[in-house]
Amino acid sequence: MSKKILLEHAHIEGIRFYETYRKNGGYRSVEKALKMSPDEIVEEVKKSGLRGRGGAGFPTGMKWSFLAKPEGVPRHLVCNADESEPGTFKDRYLMEFLPHLLIEGLIVSSYALGSNATYIYIRGEYAWIPDILEQAIAEAKANGWLGKNILGTGFDCEIYVQRGAGAYICGEETALIESLEGKRGNPRIKPPFPAIQGLWMRPTVVNNVETLAAVVPIINMGGDEYAKIGVGKSTGTKLLSVCGNVNKPGVYEIDMTISVEEFIYSDAYCGGIPNGKKLKACIPGGSSVPILPANLLLKTAKGETRMMNYESLADGGFATGSMMGSGGFIVLDETQCIVRHTMSLARFYNHESCGQCSPCREGTGWMYKILKSIEYGHGKMSDIDLLWDVQRKIEGNTICPLGDAAAWPVAAAIRHFRDEFEWHINHPEEAQTRNYGLAHYADPIHVPTV
Amino acid sequence: MKQFSAEQLNQVQAIIARYPEGKQKSALIPLLHLAQETFGGWLDTETMDYIAAILSIKPIEVYEVASFYSMFHMKPVGKHVFEVCQTGPCMLNGSDEIIAYIKEKLGIEAGQTTADGLFTLKPVECLGACGYAPMMQLGKHYKEFLTKEKVDQIIEELRTASKH
Repeated sequence: MSKKILLEHAHIEGIRFYETYRKNGGYRSVEKALKMSPDEIVEEVKKSGLRGRGGAGFPTGMKWSFLAKPEGVPRHLVCNADESEPGTFKDRYLMEFLPHLLIEGLIVSSYALGSNATYIYIRGEYAWIPDILEQAIAEAKANGWLGKNILGTGFDCEIYVQRGAGAYICGEETALIESLEGKRGNPRIKPPFPAIQGLWMRPTVVNNVETLAAVVPIINMGGDEYAKIGVGKSTGTKLLSVCGNVNKPGVYEIDMTISVEEFIYSDAYCGGIPNGKKLKACIPGGSSVPILPANLLLKTAKGETRMMNYESLADGGFATGSMMGSGGFIVLDETQCIVRHTMSLARFYNHESCGQCSPCREGTGWMYKILKSIEYGHGKMSDIDLLWDVQRKIEGNTICPLGDAAAWPVAAAIRHFRDEFEWHINHPEEAQTRNYGLAHYADPIHVPTV
Repeated sequence: MKQFSAEQLNQVQAIIARYPEGKQKSALIPLLHLAQETFGGWLDTETMDYIAAILSIKPIEVYEVASFYSMFHMKPVGKHVFEVCQTGPCMLNGSDEIIAYIKEKLGIEAGQTTADGLFTLKPVECLGACGYAPMMQLGKHYKEFLTKEKVDQIIEELRTASKH
């Protein structure tokens, strides 16, 4: 059974409100942190090994240490709550049920970074959550954890909630900053990085919701203790949001020491595949990361058991592995059609491309067009190579990673399921029946052991 | 002439006060949300010009932002907009069937509004409710684990409410 740190108190009735949250140990980390120096807090976060939970997995402490501190220029912390990667809904869960955990993490982090005005940028569609966060902010302020001269230390801090308005690209930190400045969400060319010139050209740190919430247990237990949880460079716990064909979709906290097989089949987590169907494929870290067929998902190409952590999920590179990404775990059973699913994702990226870089703007449109043509029975065998060619020309040729994010799912689908594309092209009429799947991809030998 | 109420104008000032002096343009997206809710569910040129005047920015700065974000409607919409998610994870759980059912039930295609002006169908991309699929956004809230029966019920309730 995995250790719960972030969601330890999630089941307690009324935990959304200050009194209950405080009674259960809430805001202890602020009391502790404000007795430390900001640099000592950055050190603890470095020691913890915490990696950004938004998807890229960059070490948080290192990101914090890059923050420029020119004399007389205000700095800002911005919380990225623009959760939009298909398959990902963990931050929503944290904000909805444990708003004070995020606010507590934000206060400690703001102190560490010297941010007197901190912004939470939340995706516009989560329209009911700003009210929950603003109530938590008001309660924290009424109890002296926010505002002027917090706990008599001379540190002032305000937290503001800003709603986006529907744009996946605003999860990219420089697009988010542009949006927060009241502009279109077009990512900026880097350098300069936000740590030097971010919001209003001031030094800025942008961190994901789950990352900032994790600062609370890191301060409470100390960075070294936190680093003991998990394995290798995958320290601490990770929230996973599970969707697709599983018996128990939802949000789970794991300590990154369990196997993928246990995660999918154990009743403590996904609870297996509904209606006795077999596992066909899975996208383990949000729609952008490579899809894996069942055999490569459960075991690496070397035959080792694949584990739910950053290193093991990435084992084999993109040839035979995938990524932990945002923790959006999408499961496909044996009846699902890879071509149709990939087409759906291609349409998503085409819709969400900001249009700034031509490889992405044009390429995502072409990928969607070609996939649609194959899916609806008008494909040619040469389309598969054309699709491969287009995705290859997007990857690495754009200002921001949306181009890569759009290219990878298409590349992985062709890499692992090429004959399913061929089957579609050779059987144009039959292929239009939804939910077609080539049965041989469904995990042939696997008998769940948990 | 479109005009926020006195109470809304106070709200506008409170939003602008969140940002440093001279950075009032940051209030643009929050104000567009407020304007869309207040002035009939979509943004016409007059509304956008009004927002530009409040923030002392050029009208084009408002148009280019309003047209970028998918939540802002640049054309009139029905009283209730069914924003049904159609991205991968929802598709795995039958969003195609739900969209087809709504089209059949309301007699409209994607992007259209019913003749009585009550409903608009707008298939959208991932709304971050993948574990509770299929789903749609209806105003400020999500309707999750949709079935044909649930869709019937939602439509019925909204029709009844509009008669009162």
